Amino acid sequence: MSNDGVNTSRRTFLIGLTSAVGAAGAIGAAVPFVKSWQPSARAENAGAPVEVDVSKLDMGQRVVAEWRGQPIWVVRRTDDMIANLDKLNGELKDPQSEVDQQPPYAANEWRSIKKEYLVLIGICTHLGCSPLFEEEPTVELQFGGFFCPCHGSKFDLAGRVYQGVPAPTNLVVPPHSYTSDAVIIIGSEEGETEA
Amino acid sequence: MMRMVNGLIDWVDARLPVVNTYKKHMSEYYAPKNFNFWYYFGVLSMVVLINQLLTGIWLTMFYSPSDGFGSVEYIMRDVQWGWLIRYMHAVGASAFFAVVYLHMFRGLLYGSYKPPRELVWIFGMLIYVALMAEGFLGYVLPWGNMSYWGAQVIISLAGAIPFDILPFIDAKDAKEIGEALTTWVRGDYLLSTATVNKFFALHVVAIPLVLVALVFLHILALHEVGSNNPDGVEIKQNKDENGIPRDGIPFHPYYTVKDLPGVIVFLMIFAVVIFFFPTGGGYLIEKPNFVAANPLKTPDHIAPVWYYGPYYAMLRATTLEWFGMSSKAWGLIAMGGGIVVLFLLPWLDRHPVKSIRYKGWLSKTLLLIFALDFLMLGYLGTQPASGLAKTLAQIGTVYYFLFFFVGLPLAHRFEKSKPVPERVTGGH
Amino acid sequence: MKKLVVALLFSCLPVLAGAAGGHDVELEKAPVNLQDKVSLQNGAKLFVNYCMGCHSLEYLRYGRMADDLGMSDELTLKYLNFTSDKIGDQMRNGMAAADGKTWFGNPPPDLSLAARHRSSDWIYSYLIGFYEDESRPYGYNNHVFPSVGMPHVMAKMQQDLSEEEFESNMGDITNFLTYAAEPMAPTRERIGVYVLVFLAILLIPAYLLKKEYWKDVH
Repeated sequence: MSNDGVNTSRRTFLIGLTSAVGAAGAIGAAVPFVKSWQPSARAENAGAPVEVDVSKLDMGQRVVAEWRGQPIWVVRRTDDMIANLDKLNGELKDPQSEVDQQPPYAANEWRSIKKEYLVLIGICTHLGCSPLFEEEPTVELQFGGFFCPCHGSKFDLAGRVYQGVPAPTNLVVPPHSYTSDAVIIIGSEEGETEA
Repeated sequence: MMRMVNGLIDWVDARLPVVNTYKKHMSEYYAPKNFNFWYYFGVLSMVVLINQLLTGIWLTMFYSPSDGFGSVEYIMRDVQWGWLIRYMHAVGASAFFAVVYLHMFRGLLYGSYKPPRELVWIFGMLIYVALMAEGFLGYVLPWGNMSYWGAQVIISLAGAIPFDILPFIDAKDAKEIGEALTTWVRGDYLLSTATVNKFFALHVVAIPLVLVALVFLHILALHEVGSNNPDGVEIKQNKDENGIPRDGIPFHPYYTVKDLPGVIVFLMIFAVVIFFFPTGGGYLIEKPNFVAANPLKTPDHIAPVWYYGPYYAMLRATTLEWFGMSSKAWGLIAMGGGIVVLFLLPWLDRHPVKSIRYKGWLSKTLLLIFALDFLMLGYLGTQPASGLAKTLAQIGTVYYFLFFFVGLPLAHRFEKSKPVPERVTGGH
Repeated sequence: MKKLVVALLFSCLPVLAGAAGGHDVELEKAPVNLQDKVSLQNGAKLFVNYCMGCHSLEYLRYGRMADDLGMSDELTLKYLNFTSDKIGDQMRNGMAAADGKTWFGNPPPDLSLAARHRSSDWIYSYLIGFYEDESRPYGYNNHVFPSVGMPHVMAKMQQDLSEEEFESNMGDITNFLTYAAEPMAPTRERIGVYVLVFLAILLIPAYLLKKEYWKDVH
């Protein structure tokens, strides 16, 4: 053992170089372990877009589908229902849908691609209960809408939240599109997203 | 900034012996300066252990014992990068045994088990036995047809334990105890999901805990007595004025920087197998394991994975029926004895010289034949037992035991050893 | 009466199938080339048309196959799927295992891993190994799988095509099954090269570092 004539700078340089290349390798080696936590092909398939055929849906009725473990509502609104939406604006928190709770193609006053069909994720934006569908006017909802039994949040027939209830925002509109006139695909925007 | 870091280290060190531990095991652990090629396999075992722990933990996130076969294919195909994690683990199992066998052979070469390192060797042997259990349990989990039949054969060995050597147990009771024991191990009347669930818990929690604890003890015991070296010279017997062995160098940085290229070369070999020969031509993942377990169809040829080969060959080679015990029982004794005898090594080797370098021609020849014998038994264990193979396995088994019970205790009486030097030879 | 005879013959099959395996037969070398997308696509098409009525590929998903073989999702579902499966579904078939057992003695096995369990060469030799044998219920026997329970579903193709064309088709099916047994194999080898190159680069500074420090040791 002797430490005479040690080239310290060369040692420092080699330590730095080896550490740098080694660290790059460690990051590379971590990639498979990190990526394996992403949804697997099985999960991707289970979460794949879901088609809903609304051609047999009666006026004023709702159909419930399931997409990624969430209830998806499709309501076929009557002309009356659509006409009534305007009248509520004063009682709503966000009547113009300014908060980003819908894809751009549903950021309009009726919150849907086609006025007739409303597509919503049926989960209350307060604490995650699934609200009840009231197609007829009730004491709480003068033109019908959605009423959350958990904490009394109220939404109109465009999924817009009323003032003075616990839910902070409008109901979420999922990404969706039309593969034909009356077939909606939930979770995919490959079909038509314009009315 | 530096002051803050130093302050933090002082604060922790006043409450936990961090600096002392680092010095004792790294910067002031003096290892002999003449380590050679054979001294890489300890650190390589550590590398593989970490690989197995990491990939193993990740596999448990996706594996499901109720659908062992399906969930392995799920990992291989559906989980992102799952195939790589699985191959790293499967090939890692073989790599573990490869480096451990070479590490053990190093011990045989240089007498690393001899006083004062008996406990280091015993802990090492316990690691080896735990590893064998771990390997077997893990082999069953993919629940392919070879998993099933391999488990069937090994578990039925529990029924061959000769309880009737005990004076108060007769042959009929011994048979019943054996059957009760196999049922208990399976947790069912056949190998089933109940068995896989049990093996899964043992494989991923129980045995790894034991393994890690044993590795800790193995290293602790080693650092207490200090490393042996290819010359078998005790470096602690020749210290300088500061009490530092003249032939010792600090483990860190000298052996850390020396081990690093060794680890990288090992990783290259490991990567070649993982990426280009993941099934190892049927030796690492066997063909019958690509069909799900089928209790109605035995594979044409049931063989253990290569690393159990030597002991499986001993099990099969035994056809004696001495003292009224079945050959199955004797086979079990041969197999178990083959492992137990290794524990006794520190006391069986009576040679006054540690390292093979200074032992005589007889010891060298016997050890060489032993190494070849072990390889031969390993190969025979994976092959069908036909006439010649069986005879060779029998000869190999006999030599295996003769080496330990006759060769090691007596060889020094028939040879002249070379003089052992005072100091280690060669620099690096 | 005829039904009864067939049923009786079928009832013998499990015994025969169990005894069959054919180890000692010389196997033909399978023309496997996982880079040949045309061959793989043809193999997939033939497999779906001729084999998949009985044999599933339950560990392979349509979408995965489409991506790997360079086919679009739409065309894959249109031409290679005869059920209402989604693109992400596994390639299963409608035959219940119990039916398969009644009809053929053994349920036709899933072939996802056949090329790894048997071997590509075995599959190829088996596919081109059928010959006429009046003593068998379907009139055919097989060189590598004596007393095979499976009928020669490609008998008509073999009659219609030249020997070369037929063997090329069977080679494509084999190629496709080899792909299906380990779809990640080409990826695996590609990544392996990167890993080895990286480790070789890392080895250089690590080795120089060792040399540098060991100058101290005499």
